[in-house]
Amino acid sequence: MTTLKQGTRVERWTPASRLAIGVVMIVAAGLALAPAFLGAGAVDRLTTLFIYVMLAAMWNALAGFGGLVSVGQQVFFGLGAYFAIRLADAGINPYLSLPISALIVGAISLPLSVLMLRLRGGEFAIGMWVISALTHMLVNLDTLVQGETGTSLISLNAYAMEDRRAFIYWLALASMLALLGMLFVLLRSRVGAAIQAIRDSEEAAASLGVRVVGTKRLLFVLAAVGVGMAGALWLATAVTFQPKTYFSVQWTAYMIFMVLVGGIGTFEGAILGAVIFFLIETWFGGTGVWYLVGLGVVAVLFSLLLPKGIWGEIERRWGLRLLPVGYRVVLPPDAGPAPSSSTNTKPDREA
Amino acid sequence: MLNSIIQGILLGGYYALIASGLSFMFSVMRIINLAHGSLAVVAAYALWVLAEKFGIHPFLGLLIVLPAMGLIGWALQRFVLERSIRSGALLPILTTFGLAIVIDNLLFEQFGADTRSLAPYIGSLSYDAFELPGGFYVGQLAVLTFAVAVVMLGGLQAMLSFTPLGRAIRAIAEDPDTAGLVGINASRVNALATGLAMITVGVAGAFLAMRATFDAYAGAPQLLFAFEAAVIGGAGSVWGTLIGGIVLGLAQALGAQIAPQGFLIGGHAVFLAVLFARLFIPGLGFSARVRSLFRRST
Repeated sequence: MTTLKQGTRVERWTPASRLAIGVVMIVAAGLALAPAFLGAGAVDRLTTLFIYVMLAAMWNALAGFGGLVSVGQQVFFGLGAYFAIRLADAGINPYLSLPISALIVGAISLPLSVLMLRLRGGEFAIGMWVISALTHMLVNLDTLVQGETGTSLISLNAYAMEDRRAFIYWLALASMLALLGMLFVLLRSRVGAAIQAIRDSEEAAASLGVRVVGTKRLLFVLAAVGVGMAGALWLATAVTFQPKTYFSVQWTAYMIFMVLVGGIGTFEGAILGAVIFFLIETWFGGTGVWYLVGLGVVAVLFSLLLPKGIWGEIERRWGLRLLPVGYRVVLPPDAGPAPSSSTNTKPDREA
Repeated sequence: MLNSIIQGILLGGYYALIASGLSFMFSVMRIINLAHGSLAVVAAYALWVLAEKFGIHPFLGLLIVLPAMGLIGWALQRFVLERSIRSGALLPILTTFGLAIVIDNLLFEQFGADTRSLAPYIGSLSYDAFELPGGFYVGQLAVLTFAVAVVMLGGLQAMLSFTPLGRAIRAIAEDPDTAGLVGINASRVNALATGLAMITVGVAGAFLAMRATFDAYAGAPQLLFAFEAAVIGGAGSVWGTLIGGIVLGLAQALGAQIAPQGFLIGGHAVFLAVLFARLFIPGLGFSARVRSLFRRST
């Protein structure tokens, strides 16, 4: 393949992905109206699902696109909840305190990134865990939190239960869509090309003039805001704040599970993984320890046997991209001996 | 004050013990094994079962547990890590993290929430102390831990410097492809190295269980301590690990003097301080040690 055949073109949108965007919009509109039709339990469960999608998408942004595997993302989850408590205690409307808290978490992540982005690979992974352990202890020192006893978002009780449920649902839905939308736009922008170049090869990207650290910092802060918002929303649904549950490494374990199963480094994979995790939790969550053992075993098996996850496998086999964030080259039908002769669409590496 | 300094230094011996396997694996294979702490707890439980159910003294139990840990390490590398790293340098982090979750929860399923300790099975060693001039007392177990750490680190260093296996390990750490060209079987050597690392983890697990209590979820904090000691000490030779352990132990002991929560906060804080220092002093740290460790010993 030394010369380009005539008829070679670069495509981004495909009929399938145009259809997918349409479906996404219809689903989003349907979800927005859902509280009018669904019972209280279903609304609560869907809120949980939205939070999982946020967690998965943010961890995937960091690890799948930025190449930054963190086992300490629970630090942002815990801080998101903690600052919401703090802000509400200072007299700010509890609903308003949730997004503000997420922004504060983002502001904190910026100086933190200076320190942490110097670390590589596994060092970054456990380094974040240490940060989380330290932050957990510092939060425990706050007299408002009363150590592991914890506290709660009392000011939420001023609102009627039904209104509260619906409002938190909408807030979670809006946050999820906003974060996914931001990520989607970001990945399709010029920065997105840089991000995906870094994902494929950091050295090669740097040699082409990609600002590697700056780009990673962007993802680090975005992930912090997103996970912080998820933590704040979780607090709004659970009301009680016990540092131990929020700063638990289990949150990161869930994020890893969702992304690994769904498909690391693919936009659609994280969402798929969150839905799968949500279903598994709904069906098996009650089995306690064995449920956690099962999650671990599945994660290990995926990392060994199917490291690209379910969506990665779907992309590889059928070249299907529903929410395209890259470009790909489509060869003309008579383009010589194509690598896979059965198809003329070579799912080439993305731009 | 002086007393807590002495205790802190001796505590550092334990941290060096648990950190040695972690930094060894990192320097040879560039893998950070997130199941490191959990595997130490596995060894601790194994010794506890041998002592409790079969009346085997923990020191004798090591004769069974350490070879078993070596086998586990060999299998871990052969069947898990070797496969995992082929899909990318970051994947072993995820694989070993998943493994840690499986191990922790299986241990919990098997042994429940009760905390265990080997202290009741080692007689007076758990509370006997040496008296130092000046009226200080140091626990015999703490001194033994420190001595074992020094012997083990010295042994690792000697093995790397003087044995054929050590030469092969150094060659692979330096440049795996060229090592392959000159006939070194990387897969075999890495499996042996992981086996060695797991033997050190077994020793660390034994001391963890003798000096304090442990439970099924004790692995995560051990991993963090090991990692902190390895990063803090990262500057130079194998002995950097010992220094890292001592600094961590000192920070914790002094932190505990200030406030009860200060024990852990002090340790984490000194770790962050070292990271911060690395911003200004390049070449200080875990990654840089790979080259310096082996250059120095060649």
